[in-house]
Amino acid sequence: MEQHILTLLIFLPAVGAVALMLLPIRSGQASGGSLAVTAVSLVFAVAELGLALVAWSGISPGMRGFQFRVQADWIPDLRVRYDVGVDGLSLMLVLLTAFLTLLAVVYSTRVERRAREYMVFLLVLESAMVGVFCALDLVLFYVFWELVLIPMYFLIGIWGHERRVYAAVKFFIFTFAGSVLMLVGIVYLYVQTGSFSLVDMTTVGSPAAQGLAAIPARSLMWLYAAFALAFMVKVPLLPFHTWLPDAHVEAPTAGSVILAGVLLKMGVYGFIRFCLPLFPAQMAASAPLFLAISVAGIIYGAIVAAIQPDMKKLVAYSSVSHMGVVMLGVFSFTELGLAGSVIQSINHGVSTGMLFFLVGMLYERRHTREIAAFGGIRRVLPLLSALFMLAAFSSAALPLTNGFVGEYLVLQGAYLSDHSGPVYAAFAALGMILSATYMLWLFQRAFCGPVRHEANASLSDLGAREKLVLIPLAALVLWFGCYPTPWLRMAQRIELAVLPGPVRSAESNALTHWAPPREAQP
Amino acid sequence: MSEIPIAPLVWAIPGLPLIGFVLNMLWGGRIVRLFGDARGRGIVGGLATLTVFGAFAVSVVALSQLLGLDPEHRRALASLIPFAERVPWIVIGSVSVHFSALIDPLSVLMCLIVTGVGGLIHLYATGYMADDRDYPRFFAYFNLFIFAMLVLCLGESLLLMFVGWEGVGLCSYLLISFWYDDEGNARAGNKAFIVNRIGDVGFMLGMLTVLAAFGTLSFRTEAGTGVLDLAAQGRTAAGPLTVGLASLICGLLFVGACGKSAQFPLHVWLPDAMAGPTPVSALIHAATMVTAGVVMVSRMSVLFVQAPTVLLVVAAIGLFTALFAATIALTQTDIKKVLAYSTVSQLGFMFLGCGAAAFGAAMFHVTTHAFFKALLFLGAGSVIHGLSGEQDMRRMGGLRRHMKVTYWTMLIGWAAISGFPGLAGYWSKDAILGLSSGMVPAGMVFYLVGTFTAFLTGFYMTRLMAKTFWSESRTDRHGHDPHESPPSMLIPLIVLAILSVVGGWLGTPWANAFERFLEPSLPEVVVAEGHGGIPHGLGLVIGALVAIAAMATGVLAYRRAPGCELLSDAAKRSNPLYRGANALWGVDGAATAVFVRGGGRVAELISTWIDRRLIDGLVNAVAVVTGFASEIARGVQTGYVRFYVKTMLAGVLAILAYALLSAGAR
Amino acid sequence: MSFAVPTEHYLLLSGLLFCVGVAGVATKRNPIVVFMCIEIMLNAANLGFVALGRHYGEAGGQIITMLIIAVAAGEVAIGLAIIVSLFRTRETINLDEVNLLKL
Repeated sequence: MEQHILTLLIFLPAVGAVALMLLPIRSGQASGGSLAVTAVSLVFAVAELGLALVAWSGISPGMRGFQFRVQADWIPDLRVRYDVGVDGLSLMLVLLTAFLTLLAVVYSTRVERRAREYMVFLLVLESAMVGVFCALDLVLFYVFWELVLIPMYFLIGIWGHERRVYAAVKFFIFTFAGSVLMLVGIVYLYVQTGSFSLVDMTTVGSPAAQGLAAIPARSLMWLYAAFALAFMVKVPLLPFHTWLPDAHVEAPTAGSVILAGVLLKMGVYGFIRFCLPLFPAQMAASAPLFLAISVAGIIYGAIVAAIQPDMKKLVAYSSVSHMGVVMLGVFSFTELGLAGSVIQSINHGVSTGMLFFLVGMLYERRHTREIAAFGGIRRVLPLLSALFMLAAFSSAALPLTNGFVGEYLVLQGAYLSDHSGPVYAAFAALGMILSATYMLWLFQRAFCGPVRHEANASLSDLGAREKLVLIPLAALVLWFGCYPTPWLRMAQRIELAVLPGPVRSAESNALTHWAPPREAQP
Repeated sequence: MSEIPIAPLVWAIPGLPLIGFVLNMLWGGRIVRLFGDARGRGIVGGLATLTVFGAFAVSVVALSQLLGLDPEHRRALASLIPFAERVPWIVIGSVSVHFSALIDPLSVLMCLIVTGVGGLIHLYATGYMADDRDYPRFFAYFNLFIFAMLVLCLGESLLLMFVGWEGVGLCSYLLISFWYDDEGNARAGNKAFIVNRIGDVGFMLGMLTVLAAFGTLSFRTEAGTGVLDLAAQGRTAAGPLTVGLASLICGLLFVGACGKSAQFPLHVWLPDAMAGPTPVSALIHAATMVTAGVVMVSRMSVLFVQAPTVLLVVAAIGLFTALFAATIALTQTDIKKVLAYSTVSQLGFMFLGCGAAAFGAAMFHVTTHAFFKALLFLGAGSVIHGLSGEQDMRRMGGLRRHMKVTYWTMLIGWAAISGFPGLAGYWSKDAILGLSSGMVPAGMVFYLVGTFTAFLTGFYMTRLMAKTFWSESRTDRHGHDPHESPPSMLIPLIVLAILSVVGGWLGTPWANAFERFLEPSLPEVVVAEGHGGIPHGLGLVIGALVAIAAMATGVLAYRRAPGCELLSDAAKRSNPLYRGANALWGVDGAATAVFVRGGGRVAELISTWIDRRLIDGLVNAVAVVTGFASEIARGVQTGYVRFYVKTMLAGVLAILAYALLSAGAR
Repeated sequence: MSFAVPTEHYLLLSGLLFCVGVAGVATKRNPIVVFMCIEIMLNAANLGFVALGRHYGEAGGQIITMLIIAVAAGEVAIGLAIIVSLFRTRETINLDEVNLLKL
């Protein structure tokens, strides 16, 4: 069990998907069929979360190296291996994935049209996402990375809103175009190092590492660019963000939650897991550019979010802003900034996920996402409004909510970084004002004032299913905010990450072993 | 650091109000339904009030135990989590923040003010809000506010202070927009939070700089490595503390103070904050939250005294704000707006004191101001309550006959704020003005302008009293006479009135117990008397004369004014000074135009042109170009098999020809 | 063995046959004729394979030829089926009137 827990984690949802497909019901069948679908998908989603928790409890902060590592030949002729393992960073993301997918499944039990296919896609998506966070072989990683696109494409394209096909195609082509170059990079790396294994390439003294070291700097820069482009599109960083509002707005609620909660984090994960160990010097060289576009993204996303007339679009653009914060932390190359960006990634998943659920619930009630169509609903929907306010303040990084911990650490990390960090920190801090502005303005227009539309006067407050989705999220918002210690500990457990500057140490590559970069750098 | 026996119970100071918040937030509505309206409300309000008074009791014990120690040892750390030592909040790398409290004279003083005055205002609110349908929610927010303010005062590190700092901003938002059915209130709440956030960015950046420089955020530690410990020795974690670094930190922190304490130009939110219920205005926007900036500057005073330029800026902004707000207060007709601008003005005095390095005097003014401004606001609330919601002074007048207790307590508040000799405001304001006269550049300018502002204070407060209580009645209510408020509202008024009289006696120049008490928290500043400043005795006499002159002028002017208006409507329209002040000197309008409308336009432009047209346009252009190219290329695909065969044949022949030719050439 | 035909002659014949086939595919409008021409081309290739196989004394040429004959048989079956269904749906088998492959 211990040994195969990751394999189980990766394939359990896929097995669930197969089980769903084999269920002896016709798709047209009414309640009995959908009940079975719900039950099966819930069982698998719960089991997955349980497994993730087992894995979480099985890893202790003192451990070094990847945990639960499994290696087996996959395509021996090409030396492609099935190589999986987790550290604190990936385990946190796996847990987030399992958690959000479970909530998405619970929320989606109300989907009526082609419910079985919907759940199949959700579960396949979960498998692929968990695979992304566990894979240590570049080909395996790439396979999972692209596999994520397929179920998401269908989720948006089939169950989306009005412009779903445009959004789905745009999402697919945009992110796919970003990542094919990564495949070229992976192949080039293989040619040069004779290995697809990330661990081999970063183990000092191994032939693969020597091969990597022998690659000329110019080629490394191009390689890094190929990887970085794929991850930038996914995050998304500033000029590559336009797929995001379309995809978020058109996706069904659960799709938006997973998209914002997990898919965007794949880009961040890619930067930390692959770019930092493989191309530390190149990353350091590109830091000024990335810091600048991260900060620009924070401000730009917030400004554009502020005037969106569509709630979901507003939340989508706020994601652009928040992901700018995350990337600022990554490129600060400080322990604080990196841990902060990991924490912020998780927190963004929780609070933005919560916001998307809330917007989805409003949409279910009124079949519109226009802010102007609401107004005064706080009187009608007190509980929903209270939770919305909590999510909004968490998004605006109020202390003692989850958003603050990550944002503060990122700002502090950015301030401490080289590359004129204080300047970036100062501009990034403007995001504090802007995030409060767009969130409160949204809240004011949608929830405060008199009830203006007749249709809003008789809305019903949260039902049991909705409470089941929102209350765990709300609890996490406060828990992360008040007692982030366990997560902070995990967030420091990033294997292989090399903060540019210090020399690679032979005995362990764990981040926590590195001296703070300020002291290490001349 | 020393041990005090109360330390294991210090968590109760912010903890009790937090418990009250949680209980009322989660079950307040249910309690009201379960116990019936009247009794349920009694339980909810009583619970809220008792938690605050409980915190007050603990604070008093802490005070007495602190007083039992030698002055230089009056400093202790305590956990804010019950039954646990040093619970970590954010501990990673060089950031190490625990839920701990720093107990020293400054924090205990603030706890006493916040819980004492706060408790009285809670009691008052049980009467004032008695009929509100969201009664439990109100008291939940009220308790949350007390909690946040106490965390702000007690936190042992800047980050914990920031928790309270943002927390009071949140509560301010929640309470200003408490009656959210009117969108204007919600807008005022937003304005408060956002303008506060502008200041918070300053605080945040200052805090980032502090960590970078000192390697810690704790004020004081056991080992003497806290920010203030190091700064007092003139050094940072790595080397000597330069004036430049101190100025950077203090300048950034002062931006934060400006936001919270409504100093120009971030004062714009405070008058709008009067949209909240009157107890909120009294508690948050007069007595406690707005003084947070002064508290923070005093807390960091060890650093501030090492940044003389920043101190000068602090003093200048304080003085300007005091004068600026006082002129506006002269023209406002809404009773709460007058008091709001008066608060801004008084806060200006406090910062003038800080700028003059007279932190003790500034904190003294914080204390006395808490008494008399809370009294005035609660009195105004009583008036509004008595007139069933009327806030416009043009429709008041003659109320002294209907509301005796309110009138007499307000009278004391009026005398206290105007600086009538012997009352609370007299001692604190004159301490500030006297010390400001000794400032190195232009001390006399500060003194004279400050004294003029003090005169204006007396005058506009007299105007308020005249329009509300003295002149003939202008109320246009039919049938229902103005009525006196219930005892739950009058008792706080009476207690505060007593405090407004005696509160100042703690800090008289000849027996300044107050400043001696605070001394361990503040840096030793040498403000030599007679060093360009005016002597104490003369200052006291001038202060008394100015106050009496202002009050007398006001009384005489308004006694003869027809309809209690000094200027006719025509004169108001033509007088540029009146128009300027009445239009808030254009600051609000300009801020709205630039930031709200201008910002909206810019955001609109960016969203439309850059995001949709340029960036997304490029993305779509790629798709369109691809489509266009394939449109051309697909012309080749005729679909006729024979065409394909011929093309293929031509290709084969071409390749064959090339192969033969190149073979022949070799 | 002296009466043996030289390999070049076989190859020449194979090339000629292939050209005949190509010409037919390129010019005829009737798919059945086109089909027959394709068969001619395949058999031209077969001839070449067999001849070269014999020339080098290897069995490979004949093996390939067997394979081609088998594939050609399959191809004919499918091709004729297509032609029949084409006629059923379009009521013509004139290749110049069928452009279903057009994008």
